[in-house]
Amino acid sequence: MRAAVDILVQGLLLGGLYALFALGQSLMFGVMRLTNTAQGDFIVLGAFGAIAALVALGPLVPAPQLALVLAGLLLLPAAFGAGYALQRGVLNGTLGRDPLPSLVVTFGLSIVIQNALLELFSADPRSIETGGLNTASVTLPGGITVGLLPLAIFVLAVAATAGLQWLFGSTALGRSFRAVSDDREIAELMGLDAKKVYGLATAIAFVLIAAAGMLQGMRTTVSPADGPVLLLFAFEAVIIGGMGSFWGTLAGALLLGVTQQIGFRLDPGWGIWFGHLVFLAVLVLRPQGLFPKTR
Amino acid sequence: MTLLATHALSARYGDAQALFGIDFRLEPGEVVAIIGANGAGKSTFMKALTGLVRAPREQVTFEDEPIGGLAPAEIVRRGIALVPEGRRLFPSLSVEENLRMGATAKRAGPWQLERIYALFPVLREKRAQPSTALSGGQQQMVAIGRALMGNPKVLLCDELSLGLAPVVIHEIYAAVPALCAEGMTLVVVEQDVALAQRVSRRVYCFQEGRVALEGMSAALTREQISQAYFGV
Amino acid sequence: MPHAAVEPMPVAAPAEVQPRERAPVRVTRGTRTSAAALAAGVALVAAAATLPWWAPAEHASSWMHNFVEIACYFVFAMMWNLLAGYGGMVSIGQQAYFGLGGYAMLVLANGAGVNPFLAVPLGALVAAAISVPVSFVAFRLAGGYFAIGTWVIAEVFRLGVANVSAVGGGSGTSLTALRGIEKATRETATYGLALACAVAAIAAVYLFLRSKRGLALLAIRDNEVAAESQGIDVHGMKLAVYVVAALGAGLAGALYFVGNLRISPDAAFSVNWTAFAIFMVVIGGIGRIEGPIVGALVFWALNKFLSDYGTWYLLGLGLLAIVTTLFFRQGLWGWVQQRWGWSLFPTQRRLET
Repeated sequence: MRAAVDILVQGLLLGGLYALFALGQSLMFGVMRLTNTAQGDFIVLGAFGAIAALVALGPLVPAPQLALVLAGLLLLPAAFGAGYALQRGVLNGTLGRDPLPSLVVTFGLSIVIQNALLELFSADPRSIETGGLNTASVTLPGGITVGLLPLAIFVLAVAATAGLQWLFGSTALGRSFRAVSDDREIAELMGLDAKKVYGLATAIAFVLIAAAGMLQGMRTTVSPADGPVLLLFAFEAVIIGGMGSFWGTLAGALLLGVTQQIGFRLDPGWGIWFGHLVFLAVLVLRPQGLFPKTR
Repeated sequence: MTLLATHALSARYGDAQALFGIDFRLEPGEVVAIIGANGAGKSTFMKALTGLVRAPREQVTFEDEPIGGLAPAEIVRRGIALVPEGRRLFPSLSVEENLRMGATAKRAGPWQLERIYALFPVLREKRAQPSTALSGGQQQMVAIGRALMGNPKVLLCDELSLGLAPVVIHEIYAAVPALCAEGMTLVVVEQDVALAQRVSRRVYCFQEGRVALEGMSAALTREQISQAYFGV
Repeated sequence: MPHAAVEPMPVAAPAEVQPRERAPVRVTRGTRTSAAALAAGVALVAAAATLPWWAPAEHASSWMHNFVEIACYFVFAMMWNLLAGYGGMVSIGQQAYFGLGGYAMLVLANGAGVNPFLAVPLGALVAAAISVPVSFVAFRLAGGYFAIGTWVIAEVFRLGVANVSAVGGGSGTSLTALRGIEKATRETATYGLALACAVAAIAAVYLFLRSKRGLALLAIRDNEVAAESQGIDVHGMKLAVYVVAALGAGLAGALYFVGNLRISPDAAFSVNWTAFAIFMVVIGGIGRIEGPIVGALVFWALNKFLSDYGTWYLLGLGLLAIVTTLFFRQGLWGWVQQRWGWSLFPTQRRLET
């Protein structure tokens, strides 16, 4: 029994990280029907960006946790700007009825990022120095001990989901997102600058991506070729949860995390495969996902 | 000063030429109707006025300034608003959110939410509902209200009566005199010829992308109109 | 208030309609360029078929080996092109069938004692057979999510096969069935098979697209709903294209590993296969038959001269694909076609007046 609760808790915490991988993808697809096949690679890029920032800050800031905060403060706004620039400069040109251009361009970006990182950092796995944060643990009521970092990631994932839901439902920007995704032509007729709105959507998605990358690097190691695996996790979370809602994506991510944990416990080689199987099962039995929001 | 005009406007819609040299003018405070069979080019004309269809620069002028080729967002900022054919409300947005979207261009003027609700009281009760939950006539009211929220100088109405019952059409068009009294200028595209003649001061009849007839609504005869309508 | 009486529409009096004089029109398909290209193509194939006899001895082996490799890339790309450009289904998971074809061939040759060269088309058939149940899952998705979904499915196959120790598990195994054959004979036979596969693939796709079925496919690509309303069995067509694409991918895979002699899950199910196919087709022009041919030539040239640069080469490929997609939507060949009106493999019927 204890073991079952443990698996569940570990799975939920893992799922929190997957949610951070997936929310950005859900956002971009929701607003502009764009499938970002480089999602995972951008996450890895975020991790290496944090690593580079820490290398630069290292001699100036000896305390690792302070360095982390500073690196984050540098990375996240940079990600916002990069996402905006990428969308306006490159991705806006791929939008339209045909899914092929955006797929090929993001796929091309995936190759470019992987190889650029390989050139700059070599294929060795790296991780981010956390000053002990990644091994600290905390005991929850009920006597369950969990890692501090995974718990923080989980809380962040829930907060991000709630934040995105609030953004979409209650703000003018969120209204613009929904309007432009419903009917771009009429939204422009209202005076909306669709190109700018798309840019902001990707900018926000990239902040999530950068945070996810940094946390992944803190939690475990990253290497330039990790992108595709992370993309698949993000994608599976979105499909299992159901498209059209952020809470659905979170739910899908948590379920994926739990499924993988169950697989890992049965046999270390099976964790990811179990996740794939559950994904396929959902696709066959309930293709709209578990919590779809009909639009 | 002529408020809105086109000069030998020629435009393509997709691969085909849809408009062939349309001359059109709109004076402040007028209600002008455009009639014509399906495919005559009426909707393409409206799209050309609002920038959804590209027009050569000098061929469309607003307050004597050329606006052809400008982006729709820029045109609406200058004061032209469209109530699109088929309403085209945002299904993910509530009634009130749809109305608020109309104010994106932030033009100054008397129209805001309270006024729209005063004009169409039924919308006030349904403000929080998704726009898709409303009846056809109510959706048309939302579409008109949304366009009004932009405080336009010119309101273009594309087939307000489409798919609506006569009683509802009557209710919608009852709002027109109130708008005119405020000084709004309207262009009304209609399939129903008699209705178009009744609500407007002048009428244009389009036929295969050309102006086949233009005149004072009250003065044109059935014969003149049917000849122009069908090109016989 | 006047009530809204709707008056009946004025009815037009029937008028005299004079039939207009019309010049006779002809519907043609071939162009002068295409006739010339066909002749050139036949000559090329004849030259290629006799290569083992006229090639200089020190180069023959490497040329043939290169050709086999290019043929595999090309057939795979051609099938990806059929699926995406004509079928409208963009897949990042075709490598599943490439790998399945390879492994099926290996199992038949090593395990069942089938002649490896015969096992190649048989392996392709196995891949095609597996694609049918897979389609039940994959077709639940559409557009961009179909693309990634097919990738997941390929990953499932990769991880699954890596767990099967009978075929060497994660580190793979060798094609022992060809051990007894003399090297030159083996190379020539493989080369001949590769040439046959390449020609067969081009011919099959070309003839298919010229046929009524091909027209139906184009109709579906352009407007699925309209096509369905014309009585076209959209789902049946899509399934047929998917299975044919799997057959072709399996053929390419089986052929590749006959040439390579060693197979492993990471090599067989690598997403790089699809990446290369995408590059070839996008650079050459999606949806056009000549596209993969042009793309394969460009790709091969790049490969030959730049692959020593490893990461920079791949980086360059990625950038090339991005730039081509953004600025040359029709691909390089498509751009050429538009500019100069050439067409090597005309399937479009033109009106000549």
